[in-house]
Formats: sequence, C-alpha cells, structure tokens
Amino acid sequence: MDTGFIIEKFILVAVIFGISLVVAMYSTYAERKVAAYLQDRLGPDRAGPFGILQPLADGVKMFMKEEIIPASSNKWLFIVGPGLALLCACIGTAVIPWGSPMEIGGKVVPLQVADINVGVLYIFGVVSLGVYGVMIGGWASNNKYSLLSAIRAASQNISYEIAMGLSIIALLLMTNTLSLKTIVEQQHGWHWNVLYQPLGFLIFMVCSFAETNRAPFDLPECETELIGGYHTEYSSMKLGFYLFAEYINMFVSSAVMATLYFGGYNYPGMDYMATLLGPTWAPLFGVGVFFLKIVFFIFFFMWVRWTIPRFRYDQLMNLGWKGLIPLAIANIIITGVVIAIIEKF
Amino acid sequence: MESLSNKKKVLEQKPLSFMERMYLPAIAKGMGITISHLFKKEATVRYPEVEREFSANFRGMHSLKRDENGKERCTACGLCALSCPAEAITMIAAERKNEEKHLYREEKYAATYEINMLRCIFCGLCEEACPKEAIYLDGPIVPADYLRKDFIYGKDKLVEAPLEMKK
Repeated sequence: MDTGFIIEKFILVAVIFGISLVVAMYSTYAERKVAAYLQDRLGPDRAGPFGILQPLADGVKMFMKEEIIPASSNKWLFIVGPGLALLCACIGTAVIPWGSPMEIGGKVVPLQVADINVGVLYIFGVVSLGVYGVMIGGWASNNKYSLLSAIRAASQNISYEIAMGLSIIALLLMTNTLSLKTIVEQQHGWHWNVLYQPLGFLIFMVCSFAETNRAPFDLPECETELIGGYHTEYSSMKLGFYLFAEYINMFVSSAVMATLYFGGYNYPGMDYMATLLGPTWAPLFGVGVFFLKIVFFIFFFMWVRWTIPRFRYDQLMNLGWKGLIPLAIANIIITGVVIAIIEKF
Repeated sequence: MESLSNKKKVLEQKPLSFMERMYLPAIAKGMGITISHLFKKEATVRYPEVEREFSANFRGMHSLKRDENGKERCTACGLCALSCPAEAITMIAAERKNEEKHLYREEKYAATYEINMLRCIFCGLCEEACPKEAIYLDGPIVPADYLRKDFIYGKDKLVEAPLEMKK
C-alpha cells in the first residue's frame, strides 16, 4: 500500500463526505421549496437570491440556539445518539460506485472508496445500524413520547428490512454477485435492472421510504401523536444532527436505488460518449448522470411526502408483513423459475 | 322515521376493494394532482416589495385634511372622539391667534390631536361623524413598531402635508 494510494483514497473520501453533506444541506432547502411549489406557495426566498443561503442561515441558527440536556436523561447516551445517527448515515456512501474508473495523468483512479465483495450486505448493515441512533436518543431522553417513538422506529425498521432483504434476493439471483461495482457494470447502457425487476424495485422503494423514516412512514416522528418523536428533548445542533442524518439517509438510499435498479452511472449511448470525451471526462459525465438520477429520487421522496398522508401504525404493520413480504417471496419464486427456464433452454 | 329534509345519507362502511387495498392507483392519482400544482401560479404576494391592491373602500391610516388654501380643516369639535367606539382619539383645542389665520380654517383648532393605533379598530365612524370633512381613513396600512408609545400618532404623522410640499 503506497502513499499515493492513501492520498487518492483520502481525497476521494473527503470529496464524497463533502458532497453528501452539501446535498443533505440543500435537500432541506429543496424540501421546503418543493413543498411550497406543490402547495402554490413560494417557499424561502429571503436569504440570498431565491433563498439560496437559507441552509446556511438554518445552520447558524442551529449552532447558536441554547442547548438543553434534560436533567433526568442519560447524558452520555443522549450525546452519543445524534452522533451515531449521523455517522451511520455517512458511512453508507463508502461502497457506492460513483463512476467508472477515471484516468488522471496516466493513472486509473476508481471512483469508489471501497469495492468490497459484500457491498450490498454492507449497505444493509449500515442502514440497520442507523436505527440505533434513533433508539439510543429516544431511550436516553427519558421521555415517554421519545421512548414510544424509538420503539416504533425499531419495530418499523425490523419489519421493513425483511421485505427489503427479500426483494433484493430476487435481484441477486440475476446478478450472481454482492459487489455493487459488478452490479453496476452489468447494467451497461440500457440494461437497467428495473426493466427486469419492476416488482422488486417497487418493494425495495417502499421499504426505503420506511427505512429512512420518510412520509408516509414517518411514524417515529409524527408531530400529531408524539410531539417530535425521538427528538422531542433535543435542541440546538443535536437536533440538527438528527434532521441532517435523515436527509443524508435519503441521499444514500436514493444512490442505492439508482445503483441497484437504475444503472448507476450507466446511460444509453455511453460508449459513444466514452470515445467522444476520452477516459478522463467520460467517467465524470457518468457521475453527472448518476447524480441526476439521485436528484430525481430525492425529488420523488419529497413529492411523495407532500402527497400522501401518514399510515396508521396497524396499517404500516399490515402492509409490511401481509403485503410486501409475501409479494417479495412471490417475486423470488417467479425470478427463480424464469432463470431456471432460460438456463434450461 | 323519514326525515323531513330527505338530505340524510346513511354512511356505508364497505371493506376496501382489491384496487383500493393496493394503494398504488390512489397514490398515483394523488401524485398527479400534486405535480399539476407545480405549474400553477403561486398565490403568495411578496409583501414588502409588492403590495396587494386594496378595494376602493379600504380603511387605512387616518389623515387630517387641509382645505383648498392649505388650512387645517379640523376645529377640535370632538365629535370624532365622541363617536369612537374604541376611545382611541383624544385632542386639546386651542383658539386661533390673528397671525395664525393662514394655518387654521376656523377660530378654534386642535392643538394636539392623538390617535392610539393600538386601540383603533378602523371602523370609520370618526370619518362619518366629522362635520368638517377633516378626517379620512385613506392612508396605507399602519406599520408595525416596537414600543407602545410609538403607536400613539400625533399631528406630526396625521396631518396632510402642506399644499406646496405636496406639489
């Protein structure tokens, strides 16, 4: 392992970390703008042109506000909670292939921090760890609402992770690999997995909504029932961390959806573009296409949030256990049968 | 028993049909509705920069009028204060001196004239009560302020600008 390798990876990690923070920051702005435009309003437009500085103003506000740690709370866990939530949200980006290998000054640089052969499992592990931030925060607050919310978050995540895992198995039957890089490379050009696994994608998407605690599955933080949910007792930047973690989660799950089902950085006509732009700029163009897909999914998250009312808790459980899991199993069987028939003939 | 109006509807609680239990058609329909609002004109008025147009009979801030020679019309008769249901108006009358003839129309005038804008309900009864057509609620919205004392508007804020200044 030479120094060049370490520097290369360090720069890549720093850039990806920075980009995911900026995307999360502007997701808060985009959320408010999208909400406003879907409701015939204007949204924030006072800070800078078109309110473009609004996230900065919000950040300053979060840092300047008084920080309250409840006297009866478990102080250590109370502080760990938001940190863990943000950490788990951020490390998911490590295995996502952002672009095809790029040539810089005669050196080929892979645009992926770590190409581990269990990339999909890693993502799943990190996503399930994310709920610990919520649970620890809710527990440490020593508040009934927060605790209820933590329990909701945990049981919701467990229920939907099963359906999510089952939906991905049908995909893995086709790809024969767990490495995200290989999965993306298999989807060259137009061969996006969503064309072969539409039902699997639908289940995966619904589960991602539940995993990221987004509407219509935002039961852990529903104001009308639980005040603020697990972050009722939080103030200042600790609250900011929780909100931020939610948006980073949204970014990561958008990236995962785009990678697994929408071809990652692949796009039709990419071979022509590769000869046209050369080995340095064509991968960057691919990264741009990938981000376009991510932005679309983030917009989709927001679009759904401002359309659909929240599920009741029993409806949530019914949908997860009686709807999505049987569907996912049926999807596995159908995929398996079709693959067996294709291989036979 | 049959109801008189016949408007009563019996609510039927049917179990959801298969399509309804799938949620997806309804969700797609809802998302179509919300996305159509993306292209509609927004109802927001950017207030300090853009002001909404008021109707012709809008009642805003009061102004004490001058006559065609630029003399103050108010004679401090007190009818406006008497008619005011919110008791927002107070005034102190004074007698016009000879050298002040170009300033005040009648022999008596209001030396101080104060309206408490926090009390005022903008009903326009002072306007109706005034026999000299001296007070009208034809101004803009009364602006916000920080202190209660700053909401008591004296003659400096209420009297119309003199004729030569208006031009």
